[in-house]
Amino acid sequence: MKVIINNASGVPIYEQIVLQIKNQIIAGELKEGEILPSMRLLAKEQRISVITTKRAYEELEREGFIYSVVGKGSFVAPQNIELIREQHLREIEEKMREIFDLAETAGIESEELREMLYLIEEEKKTGDKGNDGFCD
Amino acid sequence: MTDFAIEFKKVVKQYDDFMLHDVSFVLPRGCIMGIIGENGAGKSTMIKLMLNLIQKEAGKITVLGCDSDRLSRSVREKIGVVFDECCFPENLKLKEIEKILKNIYQHWNSKAFKEYAATFNLPENKAVKDFSRGMKMKLSIAAALSHHAELLILDEATSGLDPVVRDEILDVFFDFIQEEKNSILISSHITSDLEKICDYITFLNNGSIIMSEAKDDILTKYVVVKGGRDELESLPQEEIIGIRKSQFGAEALIRRQAAPIGFVVEPADLEQIMLFNIRKEQ
Repeated sequence: MKVIINNASGVPIYEQIVLQIKNQIIAGELKEGEILPSMRLLAKEQRISVITTKRAYEELEREGFIYSVVGKGSFVAPQNIELIREQHLREIEEKMREIFDLAETAGIESEELREMLYLIEEEKKTGDKGNDGFCD
Repeated sequence: MTDFAIEFKKVVKQYDDFMLHDVSFVLPRGCIMGIIGENGAGKSTMIKLMLNLIQKEAGKITVLGCDSDRLSRSVREKIGVVFDECCFPENLKLKEIEKILKNIYQHWNSKAFKEYAATFNLPENKAVKDFSRGMKMKLSIAAALSHHAELLILDEATSGLDPVVRDEILDVFFDFIQEEKNSILISSHITSDLEKICDYITFLNNGSIIMSEAKDDILTKYVVVKGGRDELESLPQEEIIGIRKSQFGAEALIRRQAAPIGFVVEPADLEQIMLFNIRKEQ
């Protein structure tokens, strides 16, 4: 498990931990049933408060990514890939609604939005293979 | 077993020229609490009260589940105390001090003491009077941690130590707290030390508690806003904790949700929170 805390980011530390562990679980780097470091050990190694690590683990547990066994520790929960996909879709939908609301306030047409989406997509594509050593 | 290592309920202590007003707070077990405040804010008075070294006028103090007025010997042994002054006989060496401590404490752990002495690189052939300040402090901490203490109380213990020594001591504290029943109370006016290790912060000013909360909550609650003097004066005054004006501008400590758009906003550290709060009082 890898946790890197950025003190300058302004994102609460427990959220940073939650996000990083979540990403590692989704990416399969942390496997189902794998034991996580104890909250106290994580706090000690990262030089952060136990309250912070506790809050992060509680959040992960609430979201179903890990489970705890009293006296044994916290483990990676079996992941329902379908469910995670569902969650992500919901999140994307929410963000899209925000975009539309913002566009409406700013008087931006949906045609322009589509174009923007297309451009971002293209940018991502070229960015991914862009390893030929040339810049234009 | 209670959930609190220390509990103060409406504690009052009256001196001729100083008073501790209605002090209430709790230190949950397994946590580290820092007490911050100016010199003379009442930090040491609070520590002396919980150790029953002085008598309170009113209120109730519970330490490790015991009324502080009736601390039994076995409970006292579970408390390790470190004051800012080294209190060992000056002309003794490490071995002789250990011999004395072994006789004082029923549950003295020689092995632990020797291990701490080795980790801290304490010299065996020097008398305490020839120890540096850092060494004396490490010796006091080694002694406090070698009798199966569950609660470590430190009064200004890290003041005057260099950053390397402070860092070593911090590591020892984190190791100590790996055991869930163990707790630490540490008073200091060096807020950066406390900012690193504490779970809870209790802020004492002029004998009263201004706040006693989880450190992360305190740090996310406030921000420092910078701008022109007239700009800052136009902000809602009830949201401003404290303000410092200079010739060329002003900065104010303000509740995060009230932070205005278009100003320079920085996260506040404990020192700023302490300073702005005290300035407000004056």
